[in-house]
Amino acid sequence: MKKGVMRPGHVQIRVLDMGEAVKHYTELLGMIETDRDDQGRVYLKAWTEVDKFSLVLREADEPGCDFMGFKVVDEDTLVQLEKDLVAYGVEVEQVPAEDLKDCGRRVRFTVPSGHAFELYADKKYTGKWGVSSVNPEAWPRGLQGMKAVRFDHCLFYGPELAATYDIFVNVLGFHLAEQVLDPEGTRVAQFLTVSMKEHDVAFIHHEEKGKFHHASFFLDTWEAVLRAADLISMTDTSIDIGPTRHGLTHGQTIYFFDPSGNRNEVFCGGDYFYPDHKPVTWQAEQLGKAIFYHDRQVNERFMTVLT
Amino acid sequence: MARFQVYNCTTGDDFTCQEGQSVLKAMEQWGLKCVPVGCRGGGCGICKVRVIEGEYRCGKMSRVHAPPEAIEQGEVLACRIYPVTDLTIECLEPSAPGDTSEQTTRALR
Repeated sequence: MKKGVMRPGHVQIRVLDMGEAVKHYTELLGMIETDRDDQGRVYLKAWTEVDKFSLVLREADEPGCDFMGFKVVDEDTLVQLEKDLVAYGVEVEQVPAEDLKDCGRRVRFTVPSGHAFELYADKKYTGKWGVSSVNPEAWPRGLQGMKAVRFDHCLFYGPELAATYDIFVNVLGFHLAEQVLDPEGTRVAQFLTVSMKEHDVAFIHHEEKGKFHHASFFLDTWEAVLRAADLISMTDTSIDIGPTRHGLTHGQTIYFFDPSGNRNEVFCGGDYFYPDHKPVTWQAEQLGKAIFYHDRQVNERFMTVLT
Repeated sequence: MARFQVYNCTTGDDFTCQEGQSVLKAMEQWGLKCVPVGCRGGGCGICKVRVIEGEYRCGKMSRVHAPPEAIEQGEVLACRIYPVTDLTIECLEPSAPGDTSEQTTRALR
């Protein structure tokens, strides 16, 4: 966080059918709808999140991810990071306050992998959902489905990983927590963090720009991941793989798809990161084990199915 | 409930699909693998097929993988077609990487 980027703040996902999508993210993932806007977008949050929303759904004729936003500590930091991005040669776009409801101005830029990111300093603080900030109970009653704890990270597929790394690490102050290197030493996957988490955003090399692999939501326990798997079956939701464990980050995980084909993950556990940690390296020859620690085989669908 | 036969002329497989069930879902239920399975939500384009014969209803599909002109040619995603008569389908290559980048919807607010 040395440059003042604090954490993932939001992701805007395109869906083919808003009704089906809202049902999926509320009734299955257990997120809470907090607002809608005049463009028809729907705003949601997970219960432990203190700001008004972390997930924005937009109906479109092609699924995928519009952008991911990171919250920075304050306006002065936003001004400085915007200068730093421009000085580094990154084209930035201004998105005015209130374009997303109850969110301050955003500075948007596209990285060489083809993905759009944003920085912002202000969003309406609504507090954790269903619990007081004074003498709070352990958890709120009335949560649905998987009871997602928070929006955690995204994984993107695209080219130009090195140039993308440079922006995140050199300009925005992220650290490389884990990587996959091919036999020539080229980085083909990079897991970047701006916190104690193993990743706040990750990229895997892919020829086509701007592809979306998944948005991930945190759960507390392995038991909760197994319960998520039960709910996926009960609701006849499209499953990808799991429950299993990753080699990379060692998180315990399950993957599935929203009704428009965007991949979701819910996971628990995983390693932690401090800035004095050196990157963990996985060799591409061990990619199967790196991705799915139990199967130890490269899973075709996991590697190629994207929106 | 009505049942329809789906014949995949590329692989020679045929299977029964119930009314209201997608072709891909029926195939998976029969344990067949004659069409590749991706997101099952009309989003990823992996299960693209061409319907050669028969009538069906279409659900929502990503425009990059199933644009209107392709749908007219019967090029559709097996996860999002619901037979109303017996069908004959053939396999197609999934949309290749790079094919669609120019048409990709970019970040919008």
